[in-house]
Amino acid sequence: MQRVLMKGNEAIAEGAIRAGCRGFFGYPITPSSEIAEYMARKMPTIGGVFVQAESELAAINMVYGGAATGARVMTASSGPGISLKQEGISFLAEGELPCLIVDICRGGPGLGGIQPSQADYFQATRGGGHGDYYIIVLAPSSAQEMMDLTMLGFELADKHRTPVMLMAEGTLGNLIEPVLVRDEVTEFVDKPWAITGCLGRQPNIVNTLHMPVEQLQTRNQHLTEKYQAIRSQEIRSEEFLTEDADLILVAYGIMARIAKKAVMNARSLGIKTGLIRPITLWPYPYGVVNKIAQTCKAMVSIEISTTGQMIEDIKLATAGKVPIHYIGEIARTPNPEEITQQLLVIAAKEGLI
Amino acid sequence: MARGIVTFSSDRCKACGLCILFCPKQIMGFDKTSINILGYHPVGLIKPEDCNGCGICAMMCPDLVIEVGRE
Amino acid sequence: MKMIAKKPESLTGAKYHYCPGCSHGIIHRLVAEAMDELNIREQTIGICPVGCSVLAYDYFNCDMLEAAHGRAPAIATAIKRLLPDRYLFTYQGDGDLASIGMGEIVHASLRGEKITTIFVNNTLYGMTGGQMAPTTLLGQVTTTSPYGRKVEWEGYPAKMCELLSCNEGAAYICRTAVNSPANIIKTKKAIKKAFQIQGQGLGFTLVEVLSTCPTNWGLSPADSLKWMEEHMIPYYPLGEFKVKGE
Repeated sequence: MQRVLMKGNEAIAEGAIRAGCRGFFGYPITPSSEIAEYMARKMPTIGGVFVQAESELAAINMVYGGAATGARVMTASSGPGISLKQEGISFLAEGELPCLIVDICRGGPGLGGIQPSQADYFQATRGGGHGDYYIIVLAPSSAQEMMDLTMLGFELADKHRTPVMLMAEGTLGNLIEPVLVRDEVTEFVDKPWAITGCLGRQPNIVNTLHMPVEQLQTRNQHLTEKYQAIRSQEIRSEEFLTEDADLILVAYGIMARIAKKAVMNARSLGIKTGLIRPITLWPYPYGVVNKIAQTCKAMVSIEISTTGQMIEDIKLATAGKVPIHYIGEIARTPNPEEITQQLLVIAAKEGLI
Repeated sequence: MARGIVTFSSDRCKACGLCILFCPKQIMGFDKTSINILGYHPVGLIKPEDCNGCGICAMMCPDLVIEVGRE
Repeated sequence: MKMIAKKPESLTGAKYHYCPGCSHGIIHRLVAEAMDELNIREQTIGICPVGCSVLAYDYFNCDMLEAAHGRAPAIATAIKRLLPDRYLFTYQGDGDLASIGMGEIVHASLRGEKITTIFVNNTLYGMTGGQMAPTTLLGQVTTTSPYGRKVEWEGYPAKMCELLSCNEGAAYICRTAVNSPANIIKTKKAIKKAFQIQGQGLGFTLVEVLSTCPTNWGLSPADSLKWMEEHMIPYYPLGEFKVKGE
């Protein structure tokens, strides 16, 4: 495998191509545009399709059509664009169409800003659009993981017939790091449900309308069971020095890397600190967080968000077992030393020093 | 003269009457003696012997009620 | 015995849910007959809208996909680009195409997507109970234009064929009606021509079909046809607006 310097956004695009993605449908928005630009250059040279859609709505519906053919397809956007795509994501979830949706987050609400943000956590992990559904959400924390989790995303999408979102901060999208370029995926699952023209078989239908009560109930029951299967099979997280820790930091994406350094700083100052890094934001690693809450004394959610969003999942996971603190601001990633300072305050409050 | 053979899937008829309106021979009408599953008096031929099998009734029918053959 | 009229193979034969005298049934049959005559059923993918014809996936006997409101042309774009040798058609009403889906249809035609759109214009939103559409005629009373459509309040009705035929990517734009046997024959000819031009890869194709909505117009099926002739056709003139190469 070749080791090359790549921008996070380019690692996503190259990873997608290596995962067999042959359809990209997007609309320009900072800080995700490099993905579309990379695809615009590459797709025509590998027999793939690139369409710059007239809107985010059109882009996500092109993904709906493309995914229905059985091809691996994707789109990429950022917060305001993802908001617009939510209608289509709801249809993709109900139509059980596998695809990858990349959200390179920027601050909001409204137009917000283009600086780092994790404030799309709610719209990513709570379904986001209308109706009873979830989508798998993966949160990489390096350029390498931008590639690897993109490839995993396509695999999970096909395995569970679901849209998958890859959510990363604009910082990570623009960070240049060495990346081990993975081998091309050569084996793909059969998709007998795909809409390809009914030559030699009965017609296939992709539909999200279920008017009779029993039909809708059966349908949603099926989706609920699928989400349960995803919960039992696909939760991914990383633990760092959690075994003896009194104070547990919970952070994902690029914040987890910064938090890791803060953990080491805090330990050198005598605070037994550890880190949980959720890799799947949905399904959330409730079990891991709950297990560690039984042995630690307090937890801290560190997010690039002013209100705090993931903190709600930590509260759900810990069910009041330990106090939960919050460190977070929008549009800026704090450095490890700043976090360490805040950890000292929290540790003092909790009687850990 | 060509002779038309018209068959009706009476269960599909919604009695919109467009076939009756456009039949050049004016030989179609509702069968007031029966009510179909949809609750309508379905359409039928009043004078089948006058039908020349032009197919206009089937062309105007929105509901695939009518098939027309010609001998 | 020679069969003059029977169910085309490209229809499943499932009973329509449409109201008595609604033109959707006729238009479905014409699309299916065109597919049969061109022998493209097994290469064709249809996309239905949101509106009265939302259930069209139960009626067409080919691969079908049901779209979000107005988005059918975007969906068809992606499918056609990924499967360029298939025939794609979108079947859309006037609310779906000319209101919420205005962006998608304009850009699909600008890009010259090699798809065929069957645009059914009955001047209002049928399924939701007869509300005003962009195609509602001036003076026409609907449930959301209860005083009759007024220019100063609701502006002018959308003439989609005239609008789309300006786009370079459009290869065939035609408006027809299903108010008479002669016009039904012309409609089928237009739909067939649109599919053929799609097959030749010349660009975007659309057939607007003026149709009736007896239920929401509050008229009998027969009077609805008369209303179409007297009010719709004068405002929405029939004919070919653009034929690439002609």
